[in-house]
Amino acid sequence: MIPVAFEYVAPTSVADALGALAAAGDDGKVIAGGQSLLPVLRMRLNAPETVIDLGRIESLRGIRDGGDHLVIGAMTPHAEVLASDLVREHAAVLHEAVATVADPQIRHRGTLGGAVVHADPAGDLGAPLLALDATMVIVGPGGERTVPATEFYHDIFATAVGDGELLTEVRIPKHTGWGAAYEKFTRAAQQWAIIGVAATVRTQGGQIVEAKVGLTNMGSTPVRARAAEADLVGRHADDCGQACGRAAEGTNPPSDLNGDADYRRHLAGVLTARAVRAAMAG
Amino acid sequence: MTRITVKVDGVEYSDDVEPRTLLVHYLRETLGKVGTVVGCDTSNCGACTVHLDGRSVKSCSVLAVQAHGHEVTTIEGIAPAGGLHPMQQAFHDNHALQCGFCTPGMIMQAIDLLAENPDPSEQEIREGLEGNLCRCTGYHNIVKAVSAAAKAGE
Amino acid sequence: MTAVDDRPEVEIGQARRRKEDHRLITGRTRWTDNIQLPGMLHLAMVRSPFAHATITSIDTSEAAAAPGVIAVFTGKDIADIQGVNITAWPLSANQKTPTHLPVPLERVSHAGEIVAIVAARSAALARDAAELVDVDYDELPAVLDLKEAATDAVLAHPDLGTNKSDVWTLDSAAAGTGGDVDEAIAKARETGVVIEREYRQQRLIPAFMEPRSTVVDPTGEQVVMWTATQVPHVLRFCIAATTGLPESKIRVIAPDVGGGFGGKLQSTPEEFATLAVARKLGRPCKYTETRSETMVSGHHGRDQWQRLTLCATKDGTVTGLKVDLLADLGAYAALVGGGVPVLGAWMFNAIYKFPAYRFTTSNYYTNKTWVDAYRGAGRPEATYAIERLMDELAAEVGVDAIAIREKNWIKHDEFPFTTVAGMTYDSGNYEAATERALELFGYDALRAEQAQRRASGDPVQLGIGVSTFTEMCGLAPSRILGALNYGAGGWENASIRMLSTGTVEVLTGASAHGQGHETAFSQIVADRLGVPFDSVEVLHGDTQISTKGMDTYGSRSLVVGGEALVRAADKVIEKARPIAAHLLEASADDVEFSAGTFTVRGTEKGISITDVALQTWTGHNLPDGVEPSLDADATFDPDNFSFPHGTHLCAMEVDTETGATRMRSYVCVDDIGTVINPLIVEGQVHGGLAQGIGQALFEGAEYDDQGTLTTGSLVDYTIPSAADLINFVTDRTTTPATYTSLGTKGVGEAGTIASTPAVVNAVVDAVRHLGVNDIVMPCTPERVWKAIQHAGSAANGGAQ
Repeated sequence: MIPVAFEYVAPTSVADALGALAAAGDDGKVIAGGQSLLPVLRMRLNAPETVIDLGRIESLRGIRDGGDHLVIGAMTPHAEVLASDLVREHAAVLHEAVATVADPQIRHRGTLGGAVVHADPAGDLGAPLLALDATMVIVGPGGERTVPATEFYHDIFATAVGDGELLTEVRIPKHTGWGAAYEKFTRAAQQWAIIGVAATVRTQGGQIVEAKVGLTNMGSTPVRARAAEADLVGRHADDCGQACGRAAEGTNPPSDLNGDADYRRHLAGVLTARAVRAAMAG
Repeated sequence: MTRITVKVDGVEYSDDVEPRTLLVHYLRETLGKVGTVVGCDTSNCGACTVHLDGRSVKSCSVLAVQAHGHEVTTIEGIAPAGGLHPMQQAFHDNHALQCGFCTPGMIMQAIDLLAENPDPSEQEIREGLEGNLCRCTGYHNIVKAVSAAAKAGE
Repeated sequence: MTAVDDRPEVEIGQARRRKEDHRLITGRTRWTDNIQLPGMLHLAMVRSPFAHATITSIDTSEAAAAPGVIAVFTGKDIADIQGVNITAWPLSANQKTPTHLPVPLERVSHAGEIVAIVAARSAALARDAAELVDVDYDELPAVLDLKEAATDAVLAHPDLGTNKSDVWTLDSAAAGTGGDVDEAIAKARETGVVIEREYRQQRLIPAFMEPRSTVVDPTGEQVVMWTATQVPHVLRFCIAATTGLPESKIRVIAPDVGGGFGGKLQSTPEEFATLAVARKLGRPCKYTETRSETMVSGHHGRDQWQRLTLCATKDGTVTGLKVDLLADLGAYAALVGGGVPVLGAWMFNAIYKFPAYRFTTSNYYTNKTWVDAYRGAGRPEATYAIERLMDELAAEVGVDAIAIREKNWIKHDEFPFTTVAGMTYDSGNYEAATERALELFGYDALRAEQAQRRASGDPVQLGIGVSTFTEMCGLAPSRILGALNYGAGGWENASIRMLSTGTVEVLTGASAHGQGHETAFSQIVADRLGVPFDSVEVLHGDTQISTKGMDTYGSRSLVVGGEALVRAADKVIEKARPIAAHLLEASADDVEFSAGTFTVRGTEKGISITDVALQTWTGHNLPDGVEPSLDADATFDPDNFSFPHGTHLCAMEVDTETGATRMRSYVCVDDIGTVINPLIVEGQVHGGLAQGIGQALFEGAEYDDQGTLTTGSLVDYTIPSAADLINFVTDRTTTPATYTSLGTKGVGEAGTIASTPAVVNAVVDAVRHLGVNDIVMPCTPERVWKAIQHAGSAANGGAQ
């Protein structure tokens, strides 16, 4: 199917993009990689009057070492994140998660920032970014502000990025040397996650010193499994099962064709144990 | 209308397009490159896969205006004159197609797969093709063909 | 070297690479949607969002005024010529059949029905304007659940007064082919074993990869329709029978067609609506659907409840089977429609010797998408039921799953065998196929591993699934179809044209859409006429070229159409013989034909059939009274069905902590009779397996309580990808069919029919020791996990 007709703007700077966004007002829509937006436009579930393409703003693309943290430009394609040695070394759980995003073609075109702002609760990148205590950098008419990942996600398809604003980059504190695993549970390879568990752990002598666990599709936003994280400290691979079983505490998972809320809660416990153990082994 | 200039299968084209025109519709309807087909509206099937600046993309999920200034290769642009691309040959030799509707996209993705990983395992081939659906072959002979093409390319 | 020198001695059995491939791998394919004609308009359909509603008004004025729009039509605007989407198979004179107008005038009966059509200068403009058509509906109560439909509490079609379409029964006692099943069950309740189960055949969507597309050019003497169909000949009949257009004025062309699997075995509202609009406007029109439209408007498959009672002696010898089906036809009786469940009637007894049998199907209408043939059509449902039941019986009496089948199946030396359902199986060798499959599978080692995993309480359990299936193919003897009240015959036609310059045109009434007829049929003709494979051109899918045909479905093309080819070729040879004799100055009785050459017996004198063709074409030197043509056509009507069979073995791992399943190995040994091209055969088996596995594990069409298809895209209707499947091990035994000279039995549906029960049997087998004896398809992780939980809590409850 064919989208409803729209005007197209392709700014080459962030300033121009903000200007275009202001000019378009409520009827403007930003396109990043377009891998979520274009199917929506094709199905005519959304019909913006102006589409603002960030694809020609070079400054939004790329991954760099910021000292104690990594900086990933919002327009960096998944494939670049996946191939990045910096990400693999300092944010391994993001590397593990981005490998599972959609399929190779979509990873070539889709971007980190696009996926993050789209904020589909079944998307794979929210959980690892939460687990890594990432910070989102947002610019708008009033300048730049930063929002911690934990405050970034407001609801299904809703984030801290307000009208007239853009996500420009994601800053990730280095988790060098942390073990990491992403357990994505689907019933067919192409599907969105029924649930996902992003676990990254710091261990000493086989004992967990610190554990961070982000959950995919266990609510209307990605969430941290705080109770399990706290309980995991001091545990070993062979005695962490009960702590991991607390992963679903405080979550409000959805029920749909692929599983009801109870099943998802059960899976969260099982898969958290698997993710934590894999992270410790890795 | 927006003016775009795109190089497709080695030839540069300049056309006025509506911004809403999908790359696949530009290829099919404006350029007559009907080898690239549309199989779904949710970007699941991968039948429309082409290369954009050398990397595989689903041309139903790219706007024609986004391809401005870039280079596109379709199933119609990979074979040498009078011959076949090794991946096309491998699909033929291994009976990796039946109705053939998914085949152009499958071949384009398979070429990308080997470009990234010239010596893939069976599992890596399967995962590399997970964005391309086929309803005829059960993928058995497609996997075999990609594996054969990889070995032939060594 | 020439092609002739490369030629193998016999073509049949060679793994020829396909002739079809070149255009498909280079992107030069002729899909219907590729067609552009001068002045062609593009159509967009306005579809009902409601499952059941009265159309109170349609305002098309705004749409008609939109940019690029040429016209907008409602059902009333085309009522005089739109025709009817008819069913070919009313089960009886009593069948209730709602009239299926392509564009209904007053009432919509399922979500997705067309209510208006926009014709515009581009597809985008047509779509834009379609959103401006203002339709007012009065919603009516909708019946969506099959069991609720059976109560008639809410009616899918109030004017019919009932949801029941028809009831059809096959009773071995009444037919004289076996005993009374109720007596057998009563006896088993006292002295034997009775297994009662209810299985769900979930609703499936064929999901061929090419969305349907139709182009109609009404500007010539004939109206020409290009359409993505399996059945151009049948479609032409349906158009002629219902639209007022004489059959001689219609040419239907199926160009390259991107898969069908039964899903394009239909006369569709979209085809009829496009035809009507093109005729009204006098301009070529194209309609290409989106995938979302395919999902909601193209017919679905399966959708049955199966109530089953199997009775046996305590040692596991089956004494009877009773089958009560509820079948959901959706909103309308489709082309095959109510006949689909009936096609299973002869297959529930499968390869077994049951002394008593009764089959009843009760067909109902609901306010959902219509249901018709999907790969296997009736036979997969039957095979699933019996092969699941045989596993249940094995478990009940404590016999191995293979042994229970062997105890009950027809032995090789018992063929031909007339079954309790009245079919005569001409040939088969279940022992050979099973022995080979067990060997390839490593059955004993896997059973040992299963025992070890059970003993150790491994969270990942292993299950082994068996399916020893048969099917009836080669649809179909016309007399039988007539006796069943089917509206057409089951013959197939072929013609051969011997061209003057040495090549051969073959015209077949079968209509391929991925099967490889151009290659396999070339091999048959090359052998029969002794001409090179590359000299044969197979033409099909055009009512003006292959003028007679019954098209492609039901694994019939090779079995029936291939035999027609052989007979046409033999007629060519017999027409050529007197001419060859004349040219060789010999008596026709002394002329022998072999490997493409006529020779005078006992001499070196000879002439090739292609040289005879050239001499015939010039007509300069023919015997008196002989026509200057070697061309011949033949129509073959089979005397019986063919009965492929095979043994399929599947090993599944089940993660008991999550319910996730993983296929470990799949082995199948099929007996499809003579193989023309092993490469094509293997491909058909692989694809069939994937679709059967899809039903077992991945696929299912679901509606919400408003009648909206919630699995309306490929996001939610999950067909397996490469990453979801494994490499299959395939092998064959060969027991040729006896009713045809080629001995082929058909392979198009075998994999689909056999694999679904093999996979589900394996999943259930993996967790049977935990108390599970059934899991509803598709066996999603959630369902598997919940089955284990329920069994566990039931066991605990029982212990208290």
